[in-house]
Amino acid sequence: MKQFLIFVKKEWLHILRDRRTLFILFGMPVAQILIFGFALSNEVKNSKIAILDHSNDAVSQYLIQKIEASNYFEIVENLDSDLEIDAVFKKGNVRLVLVFEPAFSEKLLNQHEASIQLISDASDPNVGTTLVNYCSSIINDYQNELLGTTKLPLRIKAEVRMIYNPQLKAAYNFVPGVMAMVLLLICSLMTSVAIVREKELGTMEILLVSPIKPALVIISKTIPYLILSFINICSILLLSYFVLDVPIKGSLVLLLGESTLFIITSLALGMFVSSVTTTQTAAMFGTLVGLFMPTLMFSGFMFPVDNMPVPLQLISNILPSKWFFYIVKSVMIKGLGFYAVWKETLILIGITVFMFVVSIRNFDKRLVL
Amino acid sequence: MRTIYFIIQKEFSQFFRDKANIQMLLIMPIIQLILLPMAANYEVKNIQLFIIDFDHSSYSSQMIQKITSSGYIQLAGIGHSYKSGMEALDKDKADILLEIPVGFEKTLIREDEITISASVNAVNGQRASLGAQYLLTILKDFNQEIRTKWVQFPKFKPVPIIQIDHSYWYNPFMNYKQFMVPGILVILLTMIGANMSALNLVKEKEIGTIEQINVSPIRKHHFIIGKLIPFWILGQVVLSIGLMVAWLVYGIIPVGHISLIYLFSSVYLLAILGLGLLISTIAHTQQQAMLISFFIMMIFVLLSGLYTSIDSMPKWAQFITKLNPIAYFVQVMRMVIMKGSGFKDILPHLLSVLGMAIVLIPWAVWNYRKKS
Repeated sequence: MKQFLIFVKKEWLHILRDRRTLFILFGMPVAQILIFGFALSNEVKNSKIAILDHSNDAVSQYLIQKIEASNYFEIVENLDSDLEIDAVFKKGNVRLVLVFEPAFSEKLLNQHEASIQLISDASDPNVGTTLVNYCSSIINDYQNELLGTTKLPLRIKAEVRMIYNPQLKAAYNFVPGVMAMVLLLICSLMTSVAIVREKELGTMEILLVSPIKPALVIISKTIPYLILSFINICSILLLSYFVLDVPIKGSLVLLLGESTLFIITSLALGMFVSSVTTTQTAAMFGTLVGLFMPTLMFSGFMFPVDNMPVPLQLISNILPSKWFFYIVKSVMIKGLGFYAVWKETLILIGITVFMFVVSIRNFDKRLVL
Repeated sequence: MRTIYFIIQKEFSQFFRDKANIQMLLIMPIIQLILLPMAANYEVKNIQLFIIDFDHSSYSSQMIQKITSSGYIQLAGIGHSYKSGMEALDKDKADILLEIPVGFEKTLIREDEITISASVNAVNGQRASLGAQYLLTILKDFNQEIRTKWVQFPKFKPVPIIQIDHSYWYNPFMNYKQFMVPGILVILLTMIGANMSALNLVKEKEIGTIEQINVSPIRKHHFIIGKLIPFWILGQVVLSIGLMVAWLVYGIIPVGHISLIYLFSSVYLLAILGLGLLISTIAHTQQQAMLISFFIMMIFVLLSGLYTSIDSMPKWAQFITKLNPIAYFVQVMRMVIMKGSGFKDILPHLLSVLGMAIVLIPWAVWNYRKKS
């Protein structure tokens, strides 16, 4: 036990000596949570649109004003002919073009029917459809204005309550997602490299022939990172609470406990990577390319898992970040207790144990050979 | 010139000696390029609705029928208490909980008005507001049906109607893959370019071989050019393979001219390699280099407009995207591949990235000399 502690101390000093890495280690989560909490959202707003007004009369002007007044749109160009539409899209800024037919208000008032054409750049399908919907609903509102306020009989009114996130803030979804991503990547990167470096430099052999068990050698390497990551978790939570106004509704102890579990899972993942690679480049590259994009895509905070084809949904199940994302959402945002997340917790423990066992076996094998 | 050639030769043989390199650089990106786009679909569908029907009238069951046959909304379950509904929301089993109050039908007919309440799981705000919108639209339709059955409207009163026609250009079938594949390809290319070049140089530092090179008659700029060219070529190879995969797997053929993509990527790779080089002059160990490049990369990727629209970011984040080479390339890829934009359209982007390359590479070289 004493030897083990000495090993931990050695690793600890090793990390503390490297100021630059330490700075990145602590700075990274802070910068990321701030940037993503403030900058990322699935909302579509301030989209640049262009107007092609063949009629240029009172009603079309009024409608254009209404559209500009909503914060979804920003009119950047007035076109003169249909030929310009393609060109303006190809330049890349404009997402939607509104075309008013000639004599718009005259037709609307005399023939009771006039038409507007909405042409959207659907190369981004999400933005394309959303903008058409927003714009149509503004036009429909105007139409209702024209109808006046006659009270309709037999009304079914619906009262909609948004629970867990009444202001519909994007940060409520992104903070748990970023937590999962940042922790997973930092922890696994750090351990994978720390172990492979010894291999690459040849010092691993020395460690493995030392009187304490290989498993303990490896665990002693991960403990300092566990402590550092715990500090990281605390800074992420403080920031999201005080700066991003994301509440911690559930038990803080539970949240910290689950986060610690997830840190351990990520450290085990890093160990696993280092047990199958031999160079730092391979280890880091494997972790980064192998984890960054899949975590982003499959853990459910960017894209709904339900939409994915079934084989991919199955793949997403082996990603620890998916389960952690669910746990953080439940505990932090919804305020649920352990009863709601025990299954996910068990899965994380399972993944962790599996990776520990496999990687320690791999290391043992090397020793025997 | 010969010196550069030899360095390039050395780099290539070093690179291909390690099988792991080939796996990391070629095979993994391809697998990712095939798999990842299938996951990328923002479309909000399969809204799960949990219903608590306290009324059990013919109207309430008609309404449930109407909602669930819409196609957007699926029935997640029917419960008998508010508690069971909240449980479904808590467990993410349901997105919306709809309560039909006791006496729904009777009150509606007697008092001409009834309120029903819906609770929406709003952790994901976008899904929540769209889901609520679907539900409200269906309810409105249902309401209209009942009304026309019961009430005789006063005959024909002309109301002005605005016809809204919409058309979706460049991607009429709303294919998310066409949109995502080019963007993901850019990210993979970037990760390979920036990380590999950063690591490669630091490795020489860490192992100590850089000292040997520094005392050898090789000129510094020869050395650096010799280091950059192999990665530049590898980058183009990865891009070509990626474009092939996009064509073979997803049937994506650029509408615009493919030479524009290569033109852009050749300048882009210079900027990215310059960035990698700069990182390697700052870092002392491979670990540091990796962390720094990962840090920058993560910010650049998420603020590139690949996942969320740049227009909807706050002003300061939009400013960062101006300095973000990934944002330009993602945009150019989409412009050329989907819309068929021409040279003139991408020229401003090309110049911006060229500017970055012109700043980054000399900066890195300068920094490198100062250090050694």
